[in-house]
Amino acid sequence: MTVAILGIDWQTLADAIGLGAIYALMAVGIGLVFGVLRLVNFAYGQLVMAGAYALAFASERGWPVSVGIALCFAVVLALSVLMDQVVFRPLRGQSPAVMLVATFAVAFLLQSIALLWFGPLGKISASLATLNQPVTISGVDIRKIAIVATILAAVCLLILVLLLGRTRVGLHMRAAAMDFRTAELLGVRAGRVIGAAVLISGLLAAVVAVMLTVQTPLVTPDFALRDTILVLAGVVLGGMNRLVPATLGGFAIGFASGLLGGALPTDQSQYLPSFLFAAVILVLLVRPGGLFTREGQQAVERV
Amino acid sequence: MRRVDPALQLLAPIALIGVAALVGTIVSTSTETYVINALVNVAIVVALYVFIGNSGVLSFGHISFVAIGAWTAGVLSMPVEEKPAIMPHLASLLRDHTVGNVWSLALAAAVGAAYALVVGLPLMRLSGLGAGIATFGVLEITHNVLRYWEKIGPGLNTFSAVPETTGLLQASLGAALAVVVAFAYRRSRFGRLLSATREDAAAARAVGVSVHRQRLIAFVLSGALAGFAGGLYVHLLPVNTESVYLDLTFLTLAMLVIGGATSLWGAVVGALTVSAVDSFLAEAESGIHVFGQSLNLPAGTRIVVVGALMALVLILRPAGLTGGRELAFRQRRPLRVLTKFAK
Repeated sequence: MTVAILGIDWQTLADAIGLGAIYALMAVGIGLVFGVLRLVNFAYGQLVMAGAYALAFASERGWPVSVGIALCFAVVLALSVLMDQVVFRPLRGQSPAVMLVATFAVAFLLQSIALLWFGPLGKISASLATLNQPVTISGVDIRKIAIVATILAAVCLLILVLLLGRTRVGLHMRAAAMDFRTAELLGVRAGRVIGAAVLISGLLAAVVAVMLTVQTPLVTPDFALRDTILVLAGVVLGGMNRLVPATLGGFAIGFASGLLGGALPTDQSQYLPSFLFAAVILVLLVRPGGLFTREGQQAVERV
Repeated sequence: MRRVDPALQLLAPIALIGVAALVGTIVSTSTETYVINALVNVAIVVALYVFIGNSGVLSFGHISFVAIGAWTAGVLSMPVEEKPAIMPHLASLLRDHTVGNVWSLALAAAVGAAYALVVGLPLMRLSGLGAGIATFGVLEITHNVLRYWEKIGPGLNTFSAVPETTGLLQASLGAALAVVVAFAYRRSRFGRLLSATREDAAAARAVGVSVHRQRLIAFVLSGALAGFAGGLYVHLLPVNTESVYLDLTFLTLAMLVIGGATSLWGAVVGALTVSAVDSFLAEAESGIHVFGQSLNLPAGTRIVVVGALMALVLILRPAGLTGGRELAFRQRRPLRVLTKFAK
């Protein structure tokens, strides 16, 4: 049973949606922090990497899955807050490009700490491997993780929408994302809003770590590095300045890379990164504000 | 005194390169390789400086010009009889011709410039984050294509059998040449116009400076220098796609940022300082004796230290070790405008 065009089967489609869902979560995690701090966190993938190592650590010792996941959340949240305190805070007020370079350095730093600590060979996180097996839905085999990832991402995004739309801290975060200075003048507490954004972004990184280790059980120091690069491109593709376009951009690039990676023969799919990044550059040139932003919402360049 | 300053600004970096080269002549052969490598790094970082330092626009993509330069020089200078073994799918034009050392370096610079022109024409319209992500895209695309397109190079193989002509002499002459070109550019009308766009793009535009054109000129020039440095690099070590990718991007950006992105002096100081630290740690990773103590650091320490250094400098001294200033006999008051990168 195949979709007529391009010869894509349902399984590839489901996997692509699953990957898109995971990337959408990463995009939200990066986009939230960017909204309040104007900081593109290149080291976001290393939060995911730390979570993945926590899972592998628990799995190698035969600890129950729930303990592993709890450890993963604890490690990622702690690192996320630490990163904010030690790196983001002193950098506040610098230009976005300086902050991008700084987080680029932090990413490499964390990656090589992982290399020092755990060695280059990598660790296996096998406790959730059952999620990789397929279920058969009306004659089509679909990996459970694709379904779980999609549902989980949908739930996370729903909670986030409620949080941002219906709660006071959500209102404050949206206000801060729109204009930090004015929001502060009107009584929004900067520290609390930034703290909330960093925490939520860390929570999402932990969820992503769990999902990605199911997809790729071998955890190496460069775990999630490639994903982060793609998601960053996706976020810029969608539109950095608004959360919804950024999320859509993240989903789009995950979906596209999953779909094309699965559908194209190897001699073509090896050039997939080139096509994706060429598309990103093209979008940046034609619509610098992003693909999914409406007219008038686009970032106004100062010059 | 102010008349002497320009001479100092050219001669000080050259003297530093000379000192590094002298150090290279008195140390052991294995340490000499580190010195040569450091000098090639100087050439790469000076290339980065020409664009990033003068324009204030971030580029993650310059290592793709280094890669293109390395590919050009490597493919063209490898002896014809060696080519089929390492590059079996090479296009016939490249397979049947070999050029000498100097020609290969010149062509590496030319191809680097041409590639930078093609890439820069559209990309120089961007700045800030857009430029950062787009140039990253260029790096990814270049890496991806060089990795799999075996008609133009060794693909996943390593550039072995390229004549190892980059000794101490070639490396220091190359680094010095890069410094002279960068200095001349900085003092030229174009360099001054570009610095004006860095300090205040709106004001520069208002007095009739074409930001796009000035950035493009610097981009092409720095593409040429990066390509040239890539040529030096391939004549030094057996290069492959991984050695001209993320790690080198990180390392050279760290050198530029640590030294101070807005001055030539900063670029050279940063490149040599970080190279020294990096080589010392690389050596320590395989075990050395220092002051009677045996030191044996685990693999990966290098990047931890360099990464921490870079983060620290960015946080504590965003203008870099040299403060982003050129050397001067009489220290003038610190630069008032310290926008390191365009917003």
